[in-house]
Amino acid sequence: MTLALTDKDRAMLRGDHGPATKMAMSILVRMAEISGARELLDITGAHIDSTVYIGDAGLEFAERLASLGAKVAVPTTLNVSGLDEHHWREWAVPNEWARQAHRQMVAYQSMGTIPTWTCAPYQTEMRPSFGQQIAWGESNAIAFANSVLGARTERYPDLFDICCAITGRVPAIGLHLTENRAGKLLLRLKDIPQALQESDNFYPVFGHFMGKVAFDRIPVIEGINVIPNEDQLKALGAAGASSGAVGMFHMVGVTPEAPTLESAFQGKTPEETIMVGMDELRQSRQELTHSDDDSLDMVVLGSPHFSLAEFKLLAPLVQGKRKHPRVKFLVTSSRAMVSLAQRAGLLDALQSFGAQLTVDTCILTSPMLPDDVRHLMTNSAKFAYYTPGLLGRQVTFGSLKDCVASAVDGKIVRDESLWNG
Amino acid sequence: MERLTLTGKPFIAGIASGEALVSRESLSFWGGYDWKTGEIIDRRHPLSGMIAKGKILAIPFTRGSSTTTAVLLEAIRTGTAPSAILTTATDFFFALASIVATELYNSPIPLVAVSESDFQKLQTGDLIEIDNSGRISVTRNKDAPRP
Repeated sequence: MTLALTDKDRAMLRGDHGPATKMAMSILVRMAEISGARELLDITGAHIDSTVYIGDAGLEFAERLASLGAKVAVPTTLNVSGLDEHHWREWAVPNEWARQAHRQMVAYQSMGTIPTWTCAPYQTEMRPSFGQQIAWGESNAIAFANSVLGARTERYPDLFDICCAITGRVPAIGLHLTENRAGKLLLRLKDIPQALQESDNFYPVFGHFMGKVAFDRIPVIEGINVIPNEDQLKALGAAGASSGAVGMFHMVGVTPEAPTLESAFQGKTPEETIMVGMDELRQSRQELTHSDDDSLDMVVLGSPHFSLAEFKLLAPLVQGKRKHPRVKFLVTSSRAMVSLAQRAGLLDALQSFGAQLTVDTCILTSPMLPDDVRHLMTNSAKFAYYTPGLLGRQVTFGSLKDCVASAVDGKIVRDESLWNG
Repeated sequence: MERLTLTGKPFIAGIASGEALVSRESLSFWGGYDWKTGEIIDRRHPLSGMIAKGKILAIPFTRGSSTTTAVLLEAIRTGTAPSAILTTATDFFFALASIVATELYNSPIPLVAVSESDFQKLQTGDLIEIDNSGRISVTRNKDAPRP
């Protein structure tokens, strides 16, 4: 199978559009050939996960492109960076790290991108619409864009997203193509109480299970009796894209490409059907906790970044309360969301509670944590999944209410009532 | 001694040899691979604690995070990457790291996809040689203790 290039593609590959576009196009074409693409497609937008600072190689890549004069060809948002640009000094971030991570921010910003610095770009004004072809990095954002919005992106890795943004092209592969968006695996919810389905806690737990059983297959979820809100779907996708490689899921009657079970599978038969009951969910919930005891040093919320709606949920929960003096309470979000929450008057309650806010980054991508913080708690399955490996800390998973209650008590407390039934 | 020859599909061709580190479970390099040391650090993964530096890493595919490519690229630059990776299908994330490593440092690592049934034949501790065509020669010392 050969890759058909347009005249413009060839011109970019030759260097007619400058050396940065040439470099981006040669990487794009090699990857398209490896993936068996027949052609490239135009995109209407991109989201760059390459902003996450890992080390010198990623920085060299960014600065190479920037020094060659790279400019993006389509509206392009930026994912979290390695640094809260203006507040990193309040944390344990080493100076050297800050300098390097900041260089990487500068490099990507110089390419004409929109400095959103968020892993929830779908909750900005740059949200793509149904059917649009896009090139997105950041696993949770990919899952949300494909599943909830019906926009079309393959699971793009760091370093590739920017090549697509510079050329305005993607290989015609994977989730860009209708036939690859059909469900493969049926997850049938069985006897899951309505009250649990309505709670925020259900979605990350179920998402963790979904990722493990689906691997890279598209799961179709049947049996949801409620209409989940956007942040619940965000938590579900983020969890599934952490424990597995879920780039898209369908939820029958909820997500746009799954009005019916038949349409979710595009008329085909599921490869496998898995019944999901309370036993599976309890087991999944248990796996999200890696802690020896009920100690607590810090609560972390906002993985993916906290939305305005989540600030609205949190504010009344902390209203009039004060966290335990020994426990830190951190919310990570974007500059835009924090500023909206501020204008809505939602931050006063958080401030009196003793909460701290971080923007531009998250504690998984910035070495913010002081050494004496050993025991974390979160309501995010993604965060719980990555904490032991990335941060070497213990972590307990709980609901938003559990997180607030634990921060007040200074030790882990969890309401088990929804899970015991 | 037992010898075995498998035919894989090289999606990044190259030559490599080394001891195999095999798992049937996929791995995200972000949060799963310490590029400073080459240690597998996903504490839920069966290979947790093993050093993959210089080994032939055999895992079905990578999973999850978009940052896997960046982590592998750092490992290639630092010299802590596996000397080759065997998967069960063309893996976009690994391929990209190898292609960018070619652009920046002219040092790709070979990546070869083998069939599911051939993948099942691989064992940790096997001595593996990979050639440019994707031919994989496996030598197994039967007396050696299996980890």
